[in-house]
Amino acid sequence: MIGRPEGISPEVEARPIVLEMEGVTQFFGNLRAVYNFDLFLRHGELAGLIGPNGAGKTTIFNLITGVYRATQGRIHYVGADLLELPSHEIIQMGIARTFQNIRLFTHLPVLDNVRIAYHPHAGYGLLDSVLHTRRFREKEAEMAQQAQELLEIFGLGDRRNDIAGSLPYGLQRRLEIARALATNPRLLLLDEPAAGMNPQEIDELMELIHFIRDRFDLTILLVEHRMRLVMNICEWITVMDFGEIIARGLPVEVRNDPHVIEAYLGRQAVGIR
Amino acid sequence: MLQRMRKPGVYFIAGGLAIFVVVQVLLSAGVLNNYWRGIIFWGAAVSMVALGLNLIYGFNGQFSLGQYGFYAIGAYTSADITYRWVHNDPSGVVVVLLGSLLAVGLYGLVSAFLRRFYGVTVMTRFTCYVLATVLAFFIAVTVFVPWLGPVIDGVLRALPEVLSRQIVFFIALVGGASLAGITSFLFGIPVLELGSDYFGIATLGFAIIVKVLLDNTDTILPFPEMKGARGMIGIPQWTTWPWVFAALLLVILVMRNVLHSSVGRAIVSVREDERAAKLVGIDVANTKVLAFVLGSIFAGLAGGIRAHDQAFLHPQNFNFIKSFDPLIIVVFGGLSSMTGTVFTGFFWIFLLEGLLRLLPEGFETWRLVVYPLVLLLMMLLRPEGLFGQYEIPFLRRTVPPLPPQTEEAAAPAEEVTA
Repeated sequence: MIGRPEGISPEVEARPIVLEMEGVTQFFGNLRAVYNFDLFLRHGELAGLIGPNGAGKTTIFNLITGVYRATQGRIHYVGADLLELPSHEIIQMGIARTFQNIRLFTHLPVLDNVRIAYHPHAGYGLLDSVLHTRRFREKEAEMAQQAQELLEIFGLGDRRNDIAGSLPYGLQRRLEIARALATNPRLLLLDEPAAGMNPQEIDELMELIHFIRDRFDLTILLVEHRMRLVMNICEWITVMDFGEIIARGLPVEVRNDPHVIEAYLGRQAVGIR
Repeated sequence: MLQRMRKPGVYFIAGGLAIFVVVQVLLSAGVLNNYWRGIIFWGAAVSMVALGLNLIYGFNGQFSLGQYGFYAIGAYTSADITYRWVHNDPSGVVVVLLGSLLAVGLYGLVSAFLRRFYGVTVMTRFTCYVLATVLAFFIAVTVFVPWLGPVIDGVLRALPEVLSRQIVFFIALVGGASLAGITSFLFGIPVLELGSDYFGIATLGFAIIVKVLLDNTDTILPFPEMKGARGMIGIPQWTTWPWVFAALLLVILVMRNVLHSSVGRAIVSVREDERAAKLVGIDVANTKVLAFVLGSIFAGLAGGIRAHDQAFLHPQNFNFIKSFDPLIIVVFGGLSSMTGTVFTGFFWIFLLEGLLRLLPEGFETWRLVVYPLVLLLMMLLRPEGLFGQYEIPFLRRTVPPLPPQTEEAAAPAEEVTA
């Protein structure tokens, strides 16, 4: 099957498809950022997307979430065509993402960062807001409660009043994931969540990613530079270079693929390994 | 906990009531003469305009210079309604009130219709809404005026004069505000797609267009009673302190309640990081239009209040240089501080007009030296504005207190770690 590696267990292959990308190509002027990209994700999978800087990984995320419109190709999410939809509608359908360089609402309290993500499902309108109706109070209390529970899962429960920008780096990363989960996604796109983290924080992050996948019943696509993280938690990996897929397979296969070692880790690394 | 939540509200109501009573007593006793009365009313109107801009610029992050355009629309519309009314012509009441209602209803239909299509361009949406507006007001003029005009006229004139005058004034204020809202809605749809700086220039263009149209109301536009560049006279002086107070309070309460809701958090998130807001599922375009329309409605309402106090409107009072006034007030008072905006709104009018009387004779023109100096010193010494981010407790956006059950759940966990 296109967009997936060989050798995945039949049990997984029987699950429904969440994300389909087929023949996706993106040009910026004459620059070919992504060429003929295929990716099929099944429910509950944790797949990795790696490649050297500028390989087009983040562009893939931007294409899925509607930041860019693909020049060519097909992107479907649970059967719905994403190409025609604006970003916020794609998110509301159940795709959430984090950013390579954290983009929190830095001047707002931690709790508000999460509550903002609940807005599309707030359950009350402008009139309720203006009049502060009973419905408004109920839904607000419900939202605050949900946000608090989510923050506690991420160990941010006692930081609810803090300004998001004042949190230490690791907690900002966690808050960003918490905010993404507040949109109630089925597919989570993590863009280099381990950037700037030390080995111990990475261990915690790996646990956290596994935990949230099971807790929130997610399918996860992970873009990452840290090989240790990717090799440890991803079930299968796609490797890109210069916008094209150069390898795809289980972590063991990818790790030993000479193309990957050369393109991604550099020529010298072939010797080291 | 309940007491803690209610206390700011109690203080706010008590404080508001006290201010209302004190000013009313001073006005009735004649301690504040007509001149100071005008200053207070003007300050309130300017505060409302600036609050609207604070919502657009301070909270939503969209730099706008067009606020006086909407202020002018509100002022001229409401003035025209009451002017026609006192000249035995109910058409203003009928057209603006029913036309606006019909337009808003049609907007609902158009938006439901457009939602069925994917990828509708901005200009298509804009065109649809413009056509809906034209249709609504065409129906209002050709159908409602001849059919419903006499009925409404008859009903209102059957009432005692004191009552009917207040009702017509109310309709005029609502009409001015809603026409400002409709204009900002139509203008905002295509223009808010622009980035913030470009949006600022476009709104400046809007303010200039409004000014030019007002200069030519009797030639290009079919409103001879507005008398173009000579200025509109004969507006009934109906604004009283209760009206001013109620309008200002309404604006503050509506703005406060919206900002303290999920809608308000969405508005602020757009200012913080537009891309991030979009990618947590916020409809950024809608949120911007909402803040813009709401802010313009406040300006329109203020226009009605001001017009019926001054009883004279001149296009020169709404020129684009004046459009900077609300901007200065908002920045001076502290961006995204409602308290600062209201305070500075009054302070600003006092600085410009109040000093006219307070400075010794022969030194009046020095106020034009004083106020730029105040601005300069302010930006040098306190660039975050007079109040910075400060809000009085009632207006402050706070994180709700912890629900009790999670506190209990958190307590044993702490014991374990200890």
